[in-house]
Amino acid sequence: MTDPGEARAEILGRIRAALGAERLDRARRSAVTRRLERHPRGTMPQRAKLSGDQRVGLFKDMLAKQGADVSRVATPKEAVGAIASYLGTCNLPPRLRMGADSVLAALPWREAWDIERSFGAAQAGDRASLSRATTAAAETGTLFLLSGRDNPTTLCFLPEAHTILIAASDIAGSYEEAWDRIRAIFGEGSLPRSVNLISGPSRTADIEQTIVRGAHGPRRLHVLIVGAA
Amino acid sequence: MAYSPRNFKKASVRALKDPALQRALLNVKRGFIAKRESAKANLPEFDTLREEARAIRDHTLTHLDLYLETFERKVADSGGRVHYALNATDARDIVLRLCQEANAKRVTKGKSMVSEEIGLNAHLQASGIEVVETDLGEYIVQMRREHPSHIIAPIIHLNKETIERDFRRAHTKLPPQRRLDQTPALVAEARQIMREKFLAAEAGITGANFLIAETGSSVIVTNEGNGDLTATLPRTHIVIASIEKLVPTLEDASVLLRVLARSATGQDITTYTTFSTGPRRSSDPDGPSAYHVVLLDNGRSEMLGNEFADMLRCIRCGACLNHCPVYGAVGGHAYGSVYPGPMGAVLTPQLQGIDRARDLPYASTFCGRCEAVCPVAIPLPDMMRTWRERDFARRNPALKERLALRLWAFAAKRPRLYRVLSRTAAGMLARQAGRRGRLKHVAFLKAWTATRDLPSPQGKTFHDLYTRQQRSKRQ
Amino acid sequence: MTSPPDAQQAPYVGLFVTCLVDLFRPSVGFAAIKLLEAGGARVEVPGTQTCCGQPAYNSGDRRDAIAIARQVIETFERFDYVVAPSGSCAGILRLHYPRLLADDPDFAGRADLLAGKSFELTSFLVDVLGLTAVDTTFPGTVTYHDSCSSLRELHVRDAPRRLLSSVAGLSLVELADSEACCGFGGAFSVKYPEISAAIADTKLRDIAGTGATTVLSGDLGCLLEIAGRLARERKAIEVRHVAEVLAGMTDEPAIAGSGQGR
Repeated sequence: MTDPGEARAEILGRIRAALGAERLDRARRSAVTRRLERHPRGTMPQRAKLSGDQRVGLFKDMLAKQGADVSRVATPKEAVGAIASYLGTCNLPPRLRMGADSVLAALPWREAWDIERSFGAAQAGDRASLSRATTAAAETGTLFLLSGRDNPTTLCFLPEAHTILIAASDIAGSYEEAWDRIRAIFGEGSLPRSVNLISGPSRTADIEQTIVRGAHGPRRLHVLIVGAA
Repeated sequence: MAYSPRNFKKASVRALKDPALQRALLNVKRGFIAKRESAKANLPEFDTLREEARAIRDHTLTHLDLYLETFERKVADSGGRVHYALNATDARDIVLRLCQEANAKRVTKGKSMVSEEIGLNAHLQASGIEVVETDLGEYIVQMRREHPSHIIAPIIHLNKETIERDFRRAHTKLPPQRRLDQTPALVAEARQIMREKFLAAEAGITGANFLIAETGSSVIVTNEGNGDLTATLPRTHIVIASIEKLVPTLEDASVLLRVLARSATGQDITTYTTFSTGPRRSSDPDGPSAYHVVLLDNGRSEMLGNEFADMLRCIRCGACLNHCPVYGAVGGHAYGSVYPGPMGAVLTPQLQGIDRARDLPYASTFCGRCEAVCPVAIPLPDMMRTWRERDFARRNPALKERLALRLWAFAAKRPRLYRVLSRTAAGMLARQAGRRGRLKHVAFLKAWTATRDLPSPQGKTFHDLYTRQQRSKRQ
Repeated sequence: MTSPPDAQQAPYVGLFVTCLVDLFRPSVGFAAIKLLEAGGARVEVPGTQTCCGQPAYNSGDRRDAIAIARQVIETFERFDYVVAPSGSCAGILRLHYPRLLADDPDFAGRADLLAGKSFELTSFLVDVLGLTAVDTTFPGTVTYHDSCSSLRELHVRDAPRRLLSSVAGLSLVELADSEACCGFGGAFSVKYPEISAAIADTKLRDIAGTGATTVLSGDLGCLLEIAGRLARERKAIEVRHVAEVLAGMTDEPAIAGSGQGR
């Protein structure tokens, strides 16, 4: 087998030969550097420019279209109520896996005293989980969840029912605006191990193009929007 | 009959006579076409975004070396490793070595056309590694020991009765009296079987829809969540992707994502779109502890310099397959290639050689629908024509139409001779047809009359009639 | 129809007959002339034309395609316009000749000029001559098959429909998937006859779905395919070129002797 360093040199060399490009060509290099630094935006859909409650309305509609259960509450107390009643709707026991997210921790859990909360990465037997999304893009009803101790990635995929809480004010209009909010946290050119864009419950249409929920990820997705837009 | 592009003609005839396949294809044709149309109608900016998507792909390809170098650097910065593979053999060996280094005896896989292209599964299995395809369609394909028939919808050629039989045969530990006649039951069973595999795997292999240079991230788009379970649960995550998957920035990925799912399935976006960057950080309670990206060339760098460079823009949406009348008539298996349909007709000869794949560029009416729906405007018919030109120039002896074509061209360049030949043919055929106005058998046109009648010429050529008319006008 | 056009002002049109019209169905050529003259054009049919070169071009025989292209340019460049009762022939003149001859110092410019003045018949009538209505009758339900070249190379969609809407008694019903290929594809139809017929069958199902008694198109290749398959399947739907109906020249038997006769 080819030596790794050789393979690299060979491939890059072939590319440059095919393009008729010089490795040290300054114009090419600065074109690349410029694009990476400025990361210019393309066209964002008009609907992404909605704001306030209209934006939240679009977000809800897009998620509902993809089969998610969406609810909106005004206060943290109501949020806890919604989380608890969703477990009931799904006929699931009052047990939740969640991360160390401080906003979730600060919810008035005494309002749902019977919910047994456990923390950390999801385990095989977990049936319901709770995460918080850092931001979202209303244009397609897409939530952006970041990996880490606060909201472990496995919470999004192992359990049957996943609830994602998002502050209405954290919902951006477009993907680009969502990425900028993440850049504000992590800096330029830097991302956490995983950024999961989630737009509905797991599904498959592989068999005869019939849509079935719950292929491998959660069968049900509950998106809980809290507060004012 | 071997699975090979060499057998396209025979395989396509067989496919046409397969009633189950034809039923399945009928669903596909109308479903996908209507869904894309609907998604497009719902996004006024769709055509503008297509132009931008094309421009992003063009820019990336003309600076591919530099973006690869940036990507590699960023992957290393986040604790991952990039490996370059010249060809299929090298790529397979690299992945095998990575699995062995990770002591991985059980491997889960997300759907990856590149892994099919290089024959990865068989190579790993030959070294005693259990490989489980986790995408539902790919799982069933693996179970049936066959190939996917579509780059997005692997089992578009199967119906649920067939799948029920396969599941009963394969899942022997489950109670035989269980009901499996409805699709939700099949999916639930696959979910149950797969759960144990996800949790047990020591390595997970996925493809990548995009590789982001700006952040050193690999992106997968799925609806099932299997790709994520494959990438997140095992201790090693291996990404296998061809070099042209590079995309400069997150904003560029956003544009491409806006046209990808809409072109493929008519969804605005797939359920899960995941950006993976390196192995777990100190603050991660889950995720792989090793992250590798294997970058495959296997003919792409050569394409950058030839007439097929635009083919590298492809974002593997499958829209061309869905809209192709030929694919719609015969399905994907007839092409005998991991890449069927119009994009396969261009790519397969490049990857497997024109000798092996020479029938594919001719399997097209040049209706142009593929190019019309391609989100990055690849001139597919033009490229198929280029393959035909290369084939013609090789004076291929198998091309029996060559003689007929040369005779035709000979006459077409000599108007007076042409008149005589047309007049003769028109007269002869009209006489043979008589008043019926059509012919069931014609001497040199057996291929036509095999499946159609030949409408009869009116008897005289236009030029003879026109000349006569002009003459009588002058008198 | 109107009186003959004023020879000084009238656009000077060279009719590109097409090899299929010449061989199979001259009445289409005469219908085209009648329509063009009704629109005020002065029409001539150069006798040295043979074929646009598609068979060679699409089979990869670039050399012959170029030779034929040069011949077509020489034959037709003296006209103000070149009009063909065919989207595929007009398409190759408009889009592909310039590319075929791009490297030819003598012909590159001439190919560009010819391309700019080459048109498919119905779009020429409506968009250039401004002939948007015809004074003729064709009672019955009709459906229209757009050839792929007309649709995707030349973006012709409205012109034939506009003209058909002016035909008395004619009611147009659209095909379910009106952008689908008929399966002809030139040499494809004989290289892969079974696939070609299967694609045609999908088109035939769509035609039957409209309940139309007549199917029209602007391309004779498509019409031969559709009529040929209809006949083999013993279906009675009448098949004609749209020019015949627009020019009121439907006394001739339909293609493949289809339909009930009028």
